[in-house]
Amino acid sequence: MTKMTSREQILAKIRVNKPSEKVVLPTNLDWENTAFDDNIQRSASQRFAEVLKSIGGEAIEAADFDFIKKEIDTIHYHHVINLLPNLEIQGKDIREISDAHDLASVDLAIIEGKMGVAENGAIWLDESCFGGHRVLPFITQHLIIVLKKENIVSNMHKAYKRIQSDLFSIGFGLFLAGPSKTADIEQSLVIGAHGARSLRVYLV
Amino acid sequence: MTHSLTHSQASDTFNKDESRVDWHDESLWFIRQKRDKAAFAIPEWEELRESASQIKENVLANMDTYLLEFEQKAQKNGIHVHWATDAAEHNTLVLEIMQKHNFKKIVKSKSMLTEECHLNPFLEKNGIEVIDTDLGERIVQLRNEPPSHIVLPAIHLKKQDVGDTFHEYLGTEKGASDPQYLTEAARQHLRGKFIAADLAITGVNFAIAETGGFVVCTNEGNADMGAHLAKVHIACMGFEKIIPKIENLGIFLRLLARSATGQPITTYSSHFQKPRAGQEMHIIIVDNGRSTQLGRADFRNSLKCIRCGACMNTCPVYRRSGGHSYHNAVAGPIGIILAPNLDMKQNNDLPFASTLCGSCTNVCPVKINIHEQIWKWRQIVTQEGYAGFEKTQGIKLMNTVLSKPKVYRFVGKMGREIMRFAPFAVNNSLNKWFKNREMPDAPKESFREWYMKQKM
Ligand code: SF4
Repeated sequence: MTKMTSREQILAKIRVNKPSEKVVLPTNLDWENTAFDDNIQRSASQRFAEVLKSIGGEAIEAADFDFIKKEIDTIHYHHVINLLPNLEIQGKDIREISDAHDLASVDLAIIEGKMGVAENGAIWLDESCFGGHRVLPFITQHLIIVLKKENIVSNMHKAYKRIQSDLFSIGFGLFLAGPSKTADIEQSLVIGAHGARSLRVYLV
Repeated sequence: MTHSLTHSQASDTFNKDESRVDWHDESLWFIRQKRDKAAFAIPEWEELRESASQIKENVLANMDTYLLEFEQKAQKNGIHVHWATDAAEHNTLVLEIMQKHNFKKIVKSKSMLTEECHLNPFLEKNGIEVIDTDLGERIVQLRNEPPSHIVLPAIHLKKQDVGDTFHEYLGTEKGASDPQYLTEAARQHLRGKFIAADLAITGVNFAIAETGGFVVCTNEGNADMGAHLAKVHIACMGFEKIIPKIENLGIFLRLLARSATGQPITTYSSHFQKPRAGQEMHIIIVDNGRSTQLGRADFRNSLKCIRCGACMNTCPVYRRSGGHSYHNAVAGPIGIILAPNLDMKQNNDLPFASTLCGSCTNVCPVKINIHEQIWKWRQIVTQEGYAGFEKTQGIKLMNTVLSKPKVYRFVGKMGREIMRFAPFAVNNSLNKWFKNREMPDAPKESFREWYMKQKM
């Protein structure tokens, strides 16, 4: 007799032990609601900005790329990676970096976000946003994301509807909501745990 | 796992420092309140809970099919899929991957499963460095303690404790206890570890059958820092982490962080689908008693748990006894219903560490009937003869009382009299319930006596 593999053993035991009553999957997983704890009506981008602020990030309305450039130019960053071709900010060319570990010295990364979610201030990013290095939005000290206002949806159900088909083909993607944080020491909120220390979003 | 103290003995120790217990209690209650605020801001909250519960029930009934679908899709995406029947097999699989590459250094983000499997001591014995990178987990790792909470591993510690630990191991200034300063020190220390690591281990919050991908949620970004830098990434999951569809994630991600800490979502919700170019990615699917639990009709739905920790934050016993008193990787109400499945004898005290108030059941985002299961475990450990003498006697007495209406009425009357005239008879050392508790004044008449009078 041949010995069952662990895989076969586990699956066999699951088949014997699983419940027989079938519960159907809920469908129509969407709620129109964009409620807040007050009843003031807001546009999706206003709400997005408010929530982002409450989780330690910052959203700024930008009329054009010139405005963004002027703002960024006011602070000197030593090592910048800018992945927006229309934004004239000098930096290192990410294509010259072959080993992701070399990104450890990046002070500022500027990338484009694919979609925003108003209810939680999250931004969807996928592999097309990182210039070939998935670690970029985490390893950089500071992060700036440029996001089109028209790409902000109200809630997570709508968000998944949009990225549903992408999720069958992409290698990696994430919802990023605010700067990295922790409250592991006596529940005191500290911004800047392991990922970016700050997040600024320019809404265009 | 062997432990020397029962839950009530360990909570005695914890309760010696009363101001600290008050502080622990309040910290957790504060998180419970943040959860309420976040939940109440979503009008469809209850519908979300109901949907989440239904999805998980559906998963329990189709577990094998979904796991196979997941395996097939993941393999197509270039991920190596392994299966482990128990903790030992899981640990060996990790070690074999390390040895195959001749690797020595691991960074690990939060994974209660690897805690359950006691992976760290096993790897260390085999000459491998494992660094926990979640700040709370790193703190308790340096102190050689287990995490005391599944979401907030160092919730039992004061900033001065962390300051002392960091002074000893990371060279921070003596006496320094500012959380900002200490977190910065940990950031610098762990950046070095991320850069130097050969392999990264992460947990899995959700594995999606229809894509073969998996989602990992953190606030700190440590899972991603590890996984995207290391040459090899291993994700370890208990098999119950599977969900059928992408669209289900909308429900779970809306519920998870709000239930856990009151945040609208964790900072990072990373969707891993394929290894990056040149990287190797593995998934280990672990059973370790889960298939047995699946066969226990009364307890199987504990496998719906998404590990948000809300039941702990709200539990009056957890808040005042601390996570370590549960001597199990998962503490609190959910730990009570998972632990006896792993080892009924070792964990026979846990089903009694509850007031059965039902607060856990009320907050659970996937609607597990936690307090009812605790009550059922009590009966089982008693029937199997695992409960201690005092508890067995108490329960036998309770059975006699509850099954005979006349005895019930008489005993009730006696009880009320005793409470009014001789409270010390109840509040004695045999009766652990009344330790640290003042008894309420007993009413002169029972509800039945009162009711009979009203009827006349
Ligand atoms: S049992 Fe429910 S409340 Fe407790 S950790 Fe699991 S999902 Fe959260």
